[in-house]
Amino acid sequence: MNAAGDDVLVRVENLVKYFPVRAGGLIRQTVGQVQAVDDVTLSIPRGKTLGLVGETGCGKSTLARCVAGLIPVTSGRVTFDGQDITNVPRRAMRPVRREIQMIFQDPYSSLNPRRRVGSIIGEPFAIHKIASGTERRRRVQELMERVGLNPEHYNRFPAEFSGGQRQRIGVARALALQPKLIICDEPVSALDVSIQAQVLNMLADLQRDYGLTYLFIAHDLDVVRHVSDSVAVMYLGRICELGPKEPVYGSSRHPYTTALLSAAPAADPDGAASRQRIILAGDVPSPIDPPSGCRFHPRCPKAQPLCSDTEPQLEVKAGDATTHVTACHFPVMAGEDLAAAGRSELS
Amino acid sequence: MSIGAVMAGAPPETINVQGRSQWHLTWRRLRQDKVAMASLVVILIMVVLALAAPLFVAIVHHPPNVAYPNTGEDVAGNPVGPGTNGFWLGTDGTGRDLFIRILYGARISLFVGFVTTVLGAIAGVTVGLVAGYFGGVVDTILARFIDAVLAFPYIVLALSLAVVVGPSLTVIIAVIAFFSWAAIARIVRGQTLSIKEKEYIEAARSLGAGPFRIMFLDILPNLLAPVLVIATLYIPTAVVFEATLSYLGLGIQPPVASWGNILADAQNFYQQAWWYVVFPAAALLITTLAFNLLGDGIRDAMDPRTERVFAAGQGRRRRAGRNKTGGALDAPNVVPFVPPPGGN
Repeated sequence: MNAAGDDVLVRVENLVKYFPVRAGGLIRQTVGQVQAVDDVTLSIPRGKTLGLVGETGCGKSTLARCVAGLIPVTSGRVTFDGQDITNVPRRAMRPVRREIQMIFQDPYSSLNPRRRVGSIIGEPFAIHKIASGTERRRRVQELMERVGLNPEHYNRFPAEFSGGQRQRIGVARALALQPKLIICDEPVSALDVSIQAQVLNMLADLQRDYGLTYLFIAHDLDVVRHVSDSVAVMYLGRICELGPKEPVYGSSRHPYTTALLSAAPAADPDGAASRQRIILAGDVPSPIDPPSGCRFHPRCPKAQPLCSDTEPQLEVKAGDATTHVTACHFPVMAGEDLAAAGRSELS
Repeated sequence: MSIGAVMAGAPPETINVQGRSQWHLTWRRLRQDKVAMASLVVILIMVVLALAAPLFVAIVHHPPNVAYPNTGEDVAGNPVGPGTNGFWLGTDGTGRDLFIRILYGARISLFVGFVTTVLGAIAGVTVGLVAGYFGGVVDTILARFIDAVLAFPYIVLALSLAVVVGPSLTVIIAVIAFFSWAAIARIVRGQTLSIKEKEYIEAARSLGAGPFRIMFLDILPNLLAPVLVIATLYIPTAVVFEATLSYLGLGIQPPVASWGNILADAQNFYQQAWWYVVFPAAALLITTLAFNLLGDGIRDAMDPRTERVFAAGQGRRRRAGRNKTGGALDAPNVVPFVPPPGGN
C-alpha cells in the first residue's frame, strides 16, 4: 500500500524482523523465532505524523528501530527520502543518521547520567563534526531555549532535572542535527498527564516550525489521536488497520481496533455509560508461535473458520476511503454491536 | 584500628547552576571519612619520602649502596642499632644505612605498584569494554582468555620467567600487570553488558556514534567508579607481589634496595638486629594497609548505600600482617585475584 500523495518521506515495504530464540548451554541452537514484526508495509508523507498504536509487545518499538536503522531487518525494505536504507553499513548510514532522530520513552535511562546536559545535547555536533568550542555551546544553548530549558543549566547533570525537563533534553538532542524524521518511541508515556500535554504541544510546535515528519509510537490512544494525521494499529507484529485518524477512530473496521477503542477510558465519564466495552477473551498469543490465518482470530468475537485458515490482507473495505485499509475478512459494520457478539460467543 | 566506627556521611547536596559531578560528591564524602583521609596522608607522606630519598642521602651522607664497615657494624660484624653513628634506623647486614635503603625500596615498591596498576587498568578496561560491547565470538574468546589468566598459577609463571629471562624490573612489572588486568576486565565486561542495554547507548548509536566512541565516552565514564576502587585496592597487591618476588630473590636484585630483598637479608639477623626486620616490614605493612583503607573509603564515598565489608577488610589486613613476620612466602594469599566483594 502506498499512501496517496507523492511526497512520501519514509516507505516501509514488507518489513520482517525475526529475533532468533537460542537455547542450549555450550552449543547454542536456534529453537525458534520471535516474529516481532511480520510483513509490515506503510508510508509516512513528508511533514505528517503517523501514529503507531498497539499493546505492549506487539512490535511497535522493533518497527521503529528497524526504520531508524538501529537493528538489521530480516527482510523487506526501508526507503528514506527516496534512498534505500535497508541494512546499510554503518559508515554509509552516517549521512542518513543526521536525517533520522529518535526520542526515547524513558527520560531517565535515555540520558547518560555521567554527562552534563551541554555535552549530551552537543554530542550530535561532536559526532558529525559540525561545531565545537564556543560555537557548539552557543548552538546547544539555542536548542535548550527552543525546547523550554534554561540555557544556564548547560553544566548540570541529568539527575538534576525532572522527568519532563529530561524529555525536553532528549528532544533538544534529537533536534540538534535538524533532522527530517523524528521517531518518537512512546515519548510521553513515562510522564505525568500535565507534563504530557506540554511535551506534546512542544512537539506539535516544532513540527510546524521545522516541517518535521513524525513516526509517533504510543499505547495511549488519546495521545495518538491528538498528534497524528494517520494511524496504524498493530497486533502481534502485523498491521491490522491503517488510515487517516478520523475514520480509524470514528468508524474502525477491524474488530481489534474497535475493541482497543472501547477499552480506552472516556474523557467524559457521563457519556461513558453509552459506550459498550468489548472484553477480549484470553491473552496475546506468543509471537514465537503466532496463530495461523488472522493473528487475532483466537480472541476475535467475529471469528469464523475462514479466519484461522486464510490470512487477511490489508484492503480497502466497501464504503471506506482509499487511504483506509483493514486486514479483516469480516470487518466491523457501522452500528454493529461487537460487545453483544462477544457476549454471545462467550456464553 | 576500628574502621567501622567511622561511616561515610552523606552531606545534604546543594544545587547550583554548575552541577556537581560525582567526583565532587565523592570527594566531599571522602573528606568526612577520617580513616580514609589518614590513609591518604600516610600514602602522600610515603610518596614524598620516596621522592625525597636523594635529599635524605644529602643530609645523612649515606648513599644507599655504600657499606660502612667501621661505623655501620659493631666489633662482631653485626648491624648497629637505630641512632648509632648517625644511622637513624640503624644499618643492615653489610653496614649500609637502613633508613636510606628503605626509602629507596619505597621508590621501587610505589613505582611498581602504580605502573602495574595503571597498565593493568588500561588493559583490563579495554578488554572488558571490547568483550562486553561487541559480544558474540569476540566476547567468547576474550572471556575464556580472562578465565584462563585468572586460573593460571601466576607465581609459577613469575618464577619461571624470572629464571629464564633473568630477573629485572621490566619482567616484574610485566608479570604483575599481566595478572592484574584480568580481574578488572571481568568486572568491566559485566558492567558493560548491563550498561550497553541502556537507552542512552541506543541514543548515541542513533546519532551515528561509532563503537569506540560509545565504549570510551558513553560507557567508560559510568565504569570509572568501580575501576578506581579496584585499582586502589590493586596497588597494595602489586606492592606485596613485588616484595614477594624480591624476597624470593627473583625480583629486584641486590645491591638495588627493595623491601622484599631487605626482608630476605634481614632473616639472617633477626636475633641480633630487630630493627633490620621491623622497619622494612612496617613500611610494607603501613603502605599496603593505607592503600587498602583508602580503597575501602573511596568505595564507600562512591556509593554511600553500600556498607563496609568487614570480612574483606579484615582478610586483607590479616594478610598484610603476616608479611610482617616474613609470611610473604605464603604467596597464594598475598595476591588475591578475587575482586573485593562489593567492589562495584
